[in-house]
Amino acid sequence: MFNQRDPTSALIRDLQAVVGKSYVVHAPEDLLVYEYDCSIDREHPSIVVLPGNSEEVAAVLKLAARAGMPVTPRGAGTGISGGAIPVGRGMVVALTRMTRILDLDPVNRIAVVEPGVINLDVTKAAAQHGLFYAPDPSSQKACCIGGNIAENSGGAHCLAYGLTTNHVLAIEVALPDGDVVWLGDPTGLEPGYDLRGVFIGSEGTLGIVTKAVLRLLPAPETVTTLLAVFDQTDYASAAVSAVIAAGIVPAAVEMMDRLAIQAVEASLHAGYPKDAAAVLLIELEGLRETVAEQAQAVAAICEVQNARAVEVAQSAEQRERLWAGRKGVAGAFGSIAPNYYILDGVAPRTKLPEVLRRVEEIAARYEFPVANVLHAGDGNLHPCILFDDRVPGADRRVLEAGMEIMRVCIDAGGALTGEHGVGIEKQDCMAWVFSEDDLAAMAKLRPAFGADAKFNPGKVFPGARGEWEGSTGARRIMERALAAGAYI
Amino acid sequence: MASIAPRGPLIEDLARCVHCGLCSQSCPTYVETGLETESPRGRLHLMRAKAEGRIAATSNFLRHMDLCLLCRNCEAVCPSGVPFGRIMQAQRAEVLATHPAPWWERLLRYVVFTLLMPHPARIAFLAGMLRFYQRPGLQGLVRKLRVLRIFPASLRQMEAMLPPLSSHFFSPSMAVTPGHGKGRGGAAVFSGCVMPYLYAEVNEATVRVLARNGYDVKVPPGQVCCGSLQEHSGERAAAEALARRNIDAFTSGEADPIIVNAAGCGATLKEYRELLADDPGYRDKASEFAARVFDVNEFLARHKLRGALGAVPMCVTYQDSCHLAHAQRVTSAPRALLNAVPGVELFEMHLPDRCCGSAGIYNITEPEMSARLLHNKMQDVQSTGADTIVTANPGCMLQLSVGLTREGMPGRVAHVVQVLDWAYQAGEGDEKMPGAKK
Ligand SMILES: Cc1cc2nc3c(=O)[nH]c(=O)nc-3n(C[C@H](O)[C@H](O)[C@H](O)COP(=O)(O)OP(=O)(O)OC[C@H]3O[C@@H](n4cnc5c(N)ncnc54)[C@H](O)[C@@H]3O)c2cc1C
Repeated sequence: MFNQRDPTSALIRDLQAVVGKSYVVHAPEDLLVYEYDCSIDREHPSIVVLPGNSEEVAAVLKLAARAGMPVTPRGAGTGISGGAIPVGRGMVVALTRMTRILDLDPVNRIAVVEPGVINLDVTKAAAQHGLFYAPDPSSQKACCIGGNIAENSGGAHCLAYGLTTNHVLAIEVALPDGDVVWLGDPTGLEPGYDLRGVFIGSEGTLGIVTKAVLRLLPAPETVTTLLAVFDQTDYASAAVSAVIAAGIVPAAVEMMDRLAIQAVEASLHAGYPKDAAAVLLIELEGLRETVAEQAQAVAAICEVQNARAVEVAQSAEQRERLWAGRKGVAGAFGSIAPNYYILDGVAPRTKLPEVLRRVEEIAARYEFPVANVLHAGDGNLHPCILFDDRVPGADRRVLEAGMEIMRVCIDAGGALTGEHGVGIEKQDCMAWVFSEDDLAAMAKLRPAFGADAKFNPGKVFPGARGEWEGSTGARRIMERALAAGAYI
Repeated sequence: MASIAPRGPLIEDLARCVHCGLCSQSCPTYVETGLETESPRGRLHLMRAKAEGRIAATSNFLRHMDLCLLCRNCEAVCPSGVPFGRIMQAQRAEVLATHPAPWWERLLRYVVFTLLMPHPARIAFLAGMLRFYQRPGLQGLVRKLRVLRIFPASLRQMEAMLPPLSSHFFSPSMAVTPGHGKGRGGAAVFSGCVMPYLYAEVNEATVRVLARNGYDVKVPPGQVCCGSLQEHSGERAAAEALARRNIDAFTSGEADPIIVNAAGCGATLKEYRELLADDPGYRDKASEFAARVFDVNEFLARHKLRGALGAVPMCVTYQDSCHLAHAQRVTSAPRALLNAVPGVELFEMHLPDRCCGSAGIYNITEPEMSARLLHNKMQDVQSTGADTIVTANPGCMLQLSVGLTREGMPGRVAHVVQVLDWAYQAGEGDEKMPGAKK
């Protein structure tokens, strides 16, 4: 099937020599499963390589550079913003085989892990020492540390603990030319520029994380979870602001509206009242006495803000059930609609009622149902537009509605993304918040790491996708891939 | 053979998957390979691509479908409620109709699924022959003469895995074992097609334990294999025929609860309603039947154990049978029963609900992946330090016993009801622990 003189087929053989035959995926139908990352965009690669360790990653990148192949790093493929989708085809380097926890040091409270280690597995491994890894994206049982670092992921508890960047002390990175370097320092104290900080959140456009040193924290003495039930979403939003204005910083404040509650109850049965307009999930942690006091205060505040009921989880199982609903809500939309488009915007907390009303209006105008899930404590909202991609034109209209919603967030003084990143999805919105000079300054970072437009092409920068797809570089890749028998 | 044209998976079922990926870590083959093609989300995507005509059923496609264990762990964790089991079964039925298996596999299927399994008397005859084959000397002699070389690798694998057959077989009859003490009504035991010959003692223990708990136990004659292996392999028509016979066997008498001690059978029996949804003559009967089916763990835990449980000092670890944990969602009942036995210490292993690689006939059709999964499982077992692996399905018992042998580990495998049975015997002052199979 492969033309021996074609550079692509020689590349396949060389790659197989590095990672083993089973870990170079090039059959057309097999490549198809690498075309999604849970976002609306789809595009499959020409080839997928799964290296087993740092050295193999470096060798693979060298081969790709020599062949002039564009490279897109991929973790668990839960990114939602299209970051792991290979725009214009090319090579996907999937880190899903690099799943070893190399060291867990309970005294210095650090873990050294490979990039394919699943987020939740770090906490599971640390738990025996009374420690945990703080960033907890809702996808934590599936997404991996490499993806978390690339997206600077947050989670329900980032209200109290901060984002991934606050918990990654150092990273080993394979640069696009195959050189391997360490950024940051396991002590968390490094003189000079914080290149680790620059890399975290760079969405896979500067290199591939091959190892990470993570900070572990002691597990809190006690955790209490409250479920507050409201008959209006406005009441719930007001309660969030009131709790924080009272000087209480809960570990998490999550909000779900009526449609989200219905989706959860249809498949996950978390125990949210189906007729409520909104629920808040508020988690408090710390010393036993403080938490007990805070729980009472929070319950009282919610009642003042018209909560219909406030329930405190009585057991670990009940807590888990309440959280399982929240963490599974995105997937649960599958039980009420064939597709959903989950947005990721930020608005100032106090503007949430107004922003949510606008979201509702926009969705109504486009005739789509919309469900809202919010990391309400930090104003991060995830409106989820429900649709059916088998209806012609639906995906285009969904994207348009999404853009209008993003505009509302920005106009309210918010931000483009709370945690999912820019990727393909929001690259054109970047021009709303950054001037050309800002963007040009950012673009200068890529060559500093030895990266060019071929490394995770078509991402982050306004118009990047169109530019890359229209480029001669991309056309050449396509031609080669085709000659090598790849799939259209 | 198949009379109805298979439909393949329904687009509505496939469309429920939104690619969130939250299932991926529950999939043994994905965790083992790291390949998206071997993940639930990947398989669903491939099936949808095929249903929509984007790809054909190439050998790669078939490979990914075959490598699925149908353990249904993904289904249990899916927030969208994707009915993975139903989808994969429909896919296999379609593949079977369009892509004939190699000659020996077709022959084997015909012999096993059509000539053998629907006929308890033939199974008993064959089991008798096998027991004869296992007589001291004979099996060794055959292996030594290497006569088995004429058979394909899969059949040799089967021969190698076969455990010693029970010294006497268990069979349904009209007899009723009366319940002890104040009566709690009747209980109809489903005997299965593997248990009576490989693990007759598990069926006997089930009858005794139910009787101790006050149930008048029947094992209605006329019952046959549940059809699960047929259904999982895509032989839907054969499975339907068996289902009708079982429904008849269990609906002639009183509407007693139907108690099953094989998780795989229990899951299938509970899903008879779906299996016979297109059969107007049986649809309603199948619903009534399914509502009466209980796994023995589920049943005993729900109605509280009765009678004196003596001490059975042992360290156990519990392996969730996939078709109990994921298909029937029963996970706490067996643990509650084990914890109720004085002297039993339960040590949970890492990932107790991860498939051991048995998966029906998977250990024969996919020996390599099955062996990898079994190896991981045995390591997890070993680090608990338990001396007994307790589980709830004959396929798992078989596989785990092979695991002990392969890894050269001491210890034994038992079914939950056996542990209960030993406890009741100990409670009577009978210290001997029968049936402690190595
Ligand atoms: C149901 C659901 C809930 C979610 N909830 C949250 C949430 O609460 N908070 C949150 O922040 N996100 C959330 N997400 C988004 C997503 O899970 C995170 O962004 C996650 O960090 C992505 O990890 P991944 O391994 O799936 O990465 P992928 O999707 O595979 O990749 C994401 C990006 O990272 C790059 N990348 C991956 N691995 C590496 C590496 N080793 N080196 C360099 N670049 C790499 C890719 O090129 C891509 O640009 C959610 C997603 C889903 C589906």
